[in-house]
Amino acid sequence: MTTTSAQADTRAVAVARLEEEWQEQRSLRSWFATVDHKRIGRRYLITAGAFFGLAGIDALLLRTQLARAGGDVLSPDQYNQLFTMHGTAMIFLFATPMLFGFGNALVPLMLGARDMAFPRLNAFGYWVFLFAGLVMFSSQLLGVAPDGGWFAYVPLTDLPYSPGRNLDVYTLGLIFLGVSTTAGAINFIVTAIKLRAPGMSLNRVPLFVWAIVATSFMVIFALPALNAANALLFLDRRFGTHFYQPEAGGNTLLWQHLFWIFGHPDVYIIVLPALGIVSAILPAFCRRGVAAYPLVVLATITTAIISFGVWAHHMFATGLPSLSLSFFSAASVLITIPSGIQVFAWVATMLFGRVVVRVPLLFVVGFIVTFVMGGVTGVMFGITAFDMQITDSYFVVAHFHYVLFGGAVFPIIGGIYYWLPVLTGKVASEVLGRWAFGLVFGGFHLTFFPMHLSGLLGMPRRVYTYPSGLGWDVWNLLSTIGSYILAAGLLLVVLSVVLAVARGPRAAPDPWDGDTLEWAAATPPRPYNFASIPQVFGLHPAWDSRTLSRLASDEVLPGHQAMLTSELDARPQRLVSMPEKSLRPLLAALALLVVVLGLLGAVYWLAIAGVVATIVVVVGWLWPPQLTEAGAEAP
Amino acid sequence: MTGRLFTESTAPEALAAEPAPRSIGWWGMVGFVTTEAALFAVLLGTFFYLRFQHGEPWPPREIERTELTVPLIMTAVLLPSSLPVVWAERGIRRGQPWRLRLGLTATIVMGLTFLSLQVMEYRTKLREFTLTTDVFGSLFYAITGFHRLHVAVGVLILSWVLAASLRGSFSSHKHERVSLAAIYWHFVDLVWVGILFTVYLSQHL
Amino acid sequence: MAAALVALCLAGCAESAPSTLDTAGTGARRVEGLWWFMFWISVVAVLEVFLLLGWALWKRRREARVRAGDATPFVGVLGAGLPFIVLVAVYGVGLRDLNALIRPPAGPQLSIEVIGHRWWWEVRYADTAGAITANEIHIPVNQTIRIRLTTADVQHSFWVPQLMPKTDLIAGHVNETWLHAERIGTFRALCAEYCGLQHANMSLVVTVQPAEEFRIWLRDLAAPPARDLTDQQRRGQAVFEAGACGACHTVRGTTATGTIGPDLTTIGSRWSLGAGAAPNDKGHLGGWIVNPQSLKPGNQMPPQPVPAGDLPDLLSYLEILR
Repeated sequence: MTTTSAQADTRAVAVARLEEEWQEQRSLRSWFATVDHKRIGRRYLITAGAFFGLAGIDALLLRTQLARAGGDVLSPDQYNQLFTMHGTAMIFLFATPMLFGFGNALVPLMLGARDMAFPRLNAFGYWVFLFAGLVMFSSQLLGVAPDGGWFAYVPLTDLPYSPGRNLDVYTLGLIFLGVSTTAGAINFIVTAIKLRAPGMSLNRVPLFVWAIVATSFMVIFALPALNAANALLFLDRRFGTHFYQPEAGGNTLLWQHLFWIFGHPDVYIIVLPALGIVSAILPAFCRRGVAAYPLVVLATITTAIISFGVWAHHMFATGLPSLSLSFFSAASVLITIPSGIQVFAWVATMLFGRVVVRVPLLFVVGFIVTFVMGGVTGVMFGITAFDMQITDSYFVVAHFHYVLFGGAVFPIIGGIYYWLPVLTGKVASEVLGRWAFGLVFGGFHLTFFPMHLSGLLGMPRRVYTYPSGLGWDVWNLLSTIGSYILAAGLLLVVLSVVLAVARGPRAAPDPWDGDTLEWAAATPPRPYNFASIPQVFGLHPAWDSRTLSRLASDEVLPGHQAMLTSELDARPQRLVSMPEKSLRPLLAALALLVVVLGLLGAVYWLAIAGVVATIVVVVGWLWPPQLTEAGAEAP
Repeated sequence: MTGRLFTESTAPEALAAEPAPRSIGWWGMVGFVTTEAALFAVLLGTFFYLRFQHGEPWPPREIERTELTVPLIMTAVLLPSSLPVVWAERGIRRGQPWRLRLGLTATIVMGLTFLSLQVMEYRTKLREFTLTTDVFGSLFYAITGFHRLHVAVGVLILSWVLAASLRGSFSSHKHERVSLAAIYWHFVDLVWVGILFTVYLSQHL
Repeated sequence: MAAALVALCLAGCAESAPSTLDTAGTGARRVEGLWWFMFWISVVAVLEVFLLLGWALWKRRREARVRAGDATPFVGVLGAGLPFIVLVAVYGVGLRDLNALIRPPAGPQLSIEVIGHRWWWEVRYADTAGAITANEIHIPVNQTIRIRLTTADVQHSFWVPQLMPKTDLIAGHVNETWLHAERIGTFRALCAEYCGLQHANMSLVVTVQPAEEFRIWLRDLAAPPARDLTDQQRRGQAVFEAGACGACHTVRGTTATGTIGPDLTTIGSRWSLGAGAAPNDKGHLGGWIVNPQSLKPGNQMPPQPVPAGDLPDLLSYLEILR
């Protein structure tokens, strides 16, 4: 299919008009009102990165306190707030938002779409996340940070044992944040169902997108359990209900069940997108697609489903009936299988392909090493008898850092280096990146490996100090030294990214020769992503000359339009008009913030005013429906 | 497919041959309703967990034994209220705005009746036990209250759609918001069935 | 290499550590065996992945060829088939050990009640009236001890790493566990569920004694023998009984019968103050009485206004409560 020069001219004119229509001025209003998924995705990454830094500083303080027995760097109260905030912030304010940031920035591009299905909802989700994070961290500044541990067991977190505002910050802050996570999940699912490029049938959807979609389904079903748990706790604390109070007929184990029904899927909500990042990175550095694609997809979905059936393994020591113990132990052991499938799929990809070593691949290798080590200790915890001996000790602290840092942080850092050209148009220094990897990898293992030992030697978790002479001292000291090395490595990561963005060379188009559509757009992509809607013929559209040639010559899709395709096999269906920038998402988030602050401070008229304001903003947001040229409904 | 992908595939002849595609709004509302349904499922599961952990007697106090007349009347008002909505939606699909407006009005009236009946129910019950009396009181008011909130929001949504239809916003081609509002209302109805069985009927079985 | 290091360390540096790999009880010994079984399987699994990874990285220099195959058999066997077999075996062994943990060894049994408080352990010997102590448990060797666990406030967890896996203390609920010690010695136990400010200082010591020694200890705990007191000690007892101590504490044989705080009948021989917060010597005990908040901030005991002249007498009295 050749283009004549006349056709090329019309195309150039159409593209120029598209540029004009999609251009966003660099103004304050545009910054607050943007709904561009790439800008929002970047914001998620930066904000989540900042929260990671704050939570990391919390951790350094904890490790400094524990460097020696009887340390007095921190008071018990300070320590308890710090370890609670470290866990809560890392899980809720860093891990999922960071991965949703990657999802935001990349899913529309990988699908060949112009933006997410609900761009304004996307912006709203970011603002809510930012405000929820600010509420929670400002509590730390004010000395009323939550101090009940990240899983906040009752009765400790109920009245009368936690009388202050700390746990209200926890319950309300997390419910608030949950609005953002749920909105993001619905957005991802609908985008992946309806906005795929023509020809991208389900068996041609990139593994990263499968991971994000599976995660989003998990969010939809798991977050209600957390929201219910927190809402009931807030009612107990503020309005005198008795859900968790045995004296009045309530039950304290209810909290643990509800929390872990959310909590266990949550760790997979964190890990699955990161595994998706690994699947996205490998093809470029192995020069072939990920092996056994159908098995990997199946494994992703199976993990998501089974994760809802293992929660009681967090409660093995609470006195559950032995039938429950055996069932949950079996499910917990079984969930290893789909993870194992993914690990061996990646190893096969590397074995069958030709490995090219660059920084992103180094972090993938670091991930595999660490995640597998964390995985084997995870199997151990699935065996009830062993769990009863070693849970709530430093052995479990070691385990979950191996699977969370190994399973999520390594891929995240790898993803940052890999997608830096897409996010910013720059490439980071290979040398700095390798040094950063070495420090992070070495520092991580020096910090967390000794914790296996101190745990086996009987050191419990969540203790602000420990006595000397029990054999725990040397391991704690090693961990602390390791944590400083790890911090240096992470700082180096930040430095290398900042340097690249500020002063690095412009990236060549598609510098890694990646296989998915984000590399077929410009580097970095134009605001409209693709001038013509891509057509997909296989799993690796950016390696497919059919897709690439059509991208260059197909007619331009004008205006703020996107194409909807059918759910299963991505046949084109119709066009829709995409919303342009709007301040309403920010206003809605602010109105919700007012509700949260009103409830937090027990200023109920303020909370009600906030509810009214939210309704008003939402009505304005959804009013009136706009007509497009094609007569289609605006979303 | 030649290089005129979107023009050809979205031309009226091409579209006429396809079944009506589900819109992104439809999927979004389904996603929202699913997560809210999961929330109610968790609350009802919590009810049963606390009930069985508590053991006999249940409810803990004799006066908490729920009388069934008013809830059954409420059910008789709420469940059929889905029918006018379906009728209304079919109406606008056939280009009959009067059916839309009448159907919506009927549903709104039934919804408001449900809410008023619930206010009456609360008034009598609050004399016996409150949110803070014991765990049954906490469960009863929290669950029914949360559902009540959803019904109120549903009435608001339907009223807003009614107002929009009075301004002539809908036609046989353009009535997506009616469908979305209908999905939400049906969801609210179904949840009531769950609550009826859990909170009211289970203790009598 | 790392594995050997681990094995070496754990054997060697477990001197006084409450180590799960230096076991002295039936329950913990079971889990110790289970641990080594799973440990070696894990080492093999991890090495398998590392070797494959290493090979993939190494061979990139030698082979520039990309094999396009689907690799499903490779992934299916190594990622699902083989692991499944191994996991079933591990699960089976684990189930067997779980059953052994649930059923205590047969034989005559002693019953103890342990009640968790913030942040100390109340210990009651169910069959012997008046045998109540705090932050310490004595048990006879080679006998099954049934322990009934309840909490007076928040969740705690009772963990004696060298004797038995942990069981939580759940508010509004009664849990049961058992101990069966196989050798004489003292074994540290601790609270393993975060319970607030001083969770770090909620330890206790389990002393395993020969049966006869235990019987004598228990008898003296329930009904302390009369003691010959020096003048100073008699003065000290007077200070003790005159002060506010008896409102919260019990010392059998005196007028002090309070139950809000730990039983002090054997305070003189207790292994520490404040369940691990401070050593039990005259200096620390004096400091504790005058201001407990300085040694264990946040605990329930308010400072006691003991006149400086009376303090040495009081201390000398408390010292002989063994």
